[in-house]
Amino acid sequence: MTLTDEQRTEIRETANEVRRDVIRMVHAAGCGHPGGPLGMADFMSTLFLAHLKLTRSNLHAADRDRFILGNGHTCAGYYALLAQKGLIPRDELLRFRKLGSPLQGHPHRNAELGIDFSTGSLGNSLSVASGMALAAKLNGWSTRVYSTSSDGESQEGQIWEAATSAAHYGLANLTVIVDFNNIQIDGVMREVMNVRDLREKYAAFGWHAVDVDGHDIDAVDAALCAAAAETERPSAIIAETVIGKGVSFMENQSGWHGVAPNDEQAELALAELA
Amino acid sequence: MSGTSVSSPSINIAPRATGDVRRVATREAYGEALLQLGDEREDIVVLDADLSGSTKTRAFGAKHPERFFNMGVAEANMMGTAAGLAAMGKTVFASSFAMFAAGKAWEQLRQSVCVPNLSVKICATHAGLTVGEDGKSHQMLEDIALMRVLPNMKVFVPADAVEARQVIRVAAETPGPVYVRLSRAATPVVLADEYQFEIGRGTLLRDGGDVALAACGVEVAEVLEAAEILAREGIEARVLGLASIDPIDGELIRQAAEECGAILTAEEHQVNGGLGEAVAHVLVESRPVPMHMVGMRGEFGQSGKAGELIAHYGLDGASIAAAAKDLIARKG
Repeated sequence: MTLTDEQRTEIRETANEVRRDVIRMVHAAGCGHPGGPLGMADFMSTLFLAHLKLTRSNLHAADRDRFILGNGHTCAGYYALLAQKGLIPRDELLRFRKLGSPLQGHPHRNAELGIDFSTGSLGNSLSVASGMALAAKLNGWSTRVYSTSSDGESQEGQIWEAATSAAHYGLANLTVIVDFNNIQIDGVMREVMNVRDLREKYAAFGWHAVDVDGHDIDAVDAALCAAAAETERPSAIIAETVIGKGVSFMENQSGWHGVAPNDEQAELALAELA
Repeated sequence: MSGTSVSSPSINIAPRATGDVRRVATREAYGEALLQLGDEREDIVVLDADLSGSTKTRAFGAKHPERFFNMGVAEANMMGTAAGLAAMGKTVFASSFAMFAAGKAWEQLRQSVCVPNLSVKICATHAGLTVGEDGKSHQMLEDIALMRVLPNMKVFVPADAVEARQVIRVAAETPGPVYVRLSRAATPVVLADEYQFEIGRGTLLRDGGDVALAACGVEVAEVLEAAEILAREGIEARVLGLASIDPIDGELIRQAAEECGAILTAEEHQVNGGLGEAVAHVLVESRPVPMHMVGMRGEFGQSGKAGELIAHYGLDGASIAAAAKDLIARKG
C-alpha cells in the first residue's frame, strides 16, 4: 500500500512540526538532544501516522501496537509525536526535562501518555521489544511491536543477543528501525567504533533487513509495509539519516548530539523550519 | 543464663519439622512449585538461559512448552525479554545461576524490570559457597547486596524446601519484581509443611533470651545447630529466620535486640551489603545492640565440597556458636 498524497502531505507537515517542537523543547529545557530527533523526524512521522496503531481510543487495549524508543535520548521528537496524536498535552512539551514532568529526560513508561516503556540505557530495548512481540504471538494477537535503535546503539552486545533470539522465535510481528546517521557522542561512528553494514548483520542473524533513505517517506512506508507482510522473520529497517536534518548548522554535527541551542540559535533554527 | 519467652502475638512462630531430617535443595522445591503454578495459571511464562536442568525449570518446560522459552546463554537479553513479556501482562519467571542472573544482568534488571516495576520473578539458583566444586566464578556471594539496593525489588532467601515452595507461590501472587535466592545443595528441611511465608515477616524458629541468631538460606540450619551447641552449655539462643530480606521484619529484629541484647547474623554472602547490614540498618535507626556478622569478609570462595566450604569460611554451626559466645561477652 502506497501513501496517498494526503498522507504524504500530512507526514511531511507533521515531521516539520515535530522538528519545530524539538527545537522549542530542547531550548526550553536548556539541555537535551536535538540532533537525533531532527534526523529521525521523517521516518518517525511515517511510522506514527501511517503504521503504528496507537490512538487515544485504543490506548488501553491490551492487544494494540507497541512502540519502544530504543535510543531513548532522542525522546523530544517522540514526545512531540505523542502530542500530535493527542496523547500528551501540548503545554506539557515545554516542561520536558523539568522537575515533576512526566516527560523525563529519557522516556519513562506511562500508560496514560502512551509511553510504552522506560528506556535510556542503550542496548536494552530490543530485548524488551522482543519480549512484547513474544507475548503478543503467544496470545495470538495481531499486535505489531516497533522499536527504534541506532548505529551507535548497535555497538552494544545485547542488541545482538536480542537479534539472535528474535529470529530464533520467529518474531515476525517485530520491526526495528535503526537510525543510521554515522554520528555518536564522541564523533563519527565509523571512526569511534565501526559497526559496518547493519543490513548484512541483521540478515546474517536471520532477519528480513533493508536499507532505506530515512528521509524518503515513501521508501520508509514501503519498508514498513514489507515488514508487516513478513510471516516468519523479524524486520530491520536500516534508515540512513542526517543528524540535525532541517537545521543547516546542526546537520552532520556530532556537537549537536546532546547540546541545546541558545536563544539566537533556536530562533535561527525555527526560521529555517518555518 | 536463662531464656525469656517471646510473648508478642504479632511474632510469627514457625512450625518446625519433626522426625528424621530430610535434605532437599531449594531449587528442587522451586521446580515443583513452578510446575504446579503453571497448571493453575495461564499467565505464567518461564525463561531460562541454558541451565534449565540445573535450575529445575525443565519440568515446567516439558509440561508447558508453549510458555517456556530457552533464551540460550544470554542473560541480559533474557531479563529484557522477561520485562517485555511482563509489560504485556505476563507473570514471568526467569532463571539462571545467581552469578549470571543477578551479576551479569544487573543493569537490565535495574533499567527494564525495576524502573518500570514489572512482574518479573528472578529465581536464581546455585547461590553462595554451597555451589561447591565449581569454585569462585560460580559462587555468587554478592547478589543479596546487588538486589536489595534496587528500588521495587523484593528479595527473598528461603531457608529450606518448605519455605522455598511458599516463597515461589507468594512471588507469583505479588505484583512487581522479586528476586529469590536458591541453592544447589540439598540442605536440611527445618520447617513443617504447614508453615506459611509472609512478605516482610521473619519467623521465630527457636526461643531464647541470651543472644539472637538471625539467618537466611542455608545458614538457617547452621544457626539452629549453633543454638543446640550453645544450649548444651546453658546458653539459650533465639533463632530468627529472615527469608524476607527486603522488606525486612523490623519488629521481630527490634524485639530480639531488646530482649536478647545482642544479634548475630549469618549468611552465605559477603557481610558487605547482605542480611547482616539489613539487620544493622533496622537497629541503628532504632536501638543498636552489639552485633556480629557471620559471612564472607571481602574474599572470594574456592572449589571444595559444600560442607567443607561452609566450615572453612566459619559459616558452620560450631563456628557460629563460638562467635555467639564472643558476642555475648560484648553485651553491656
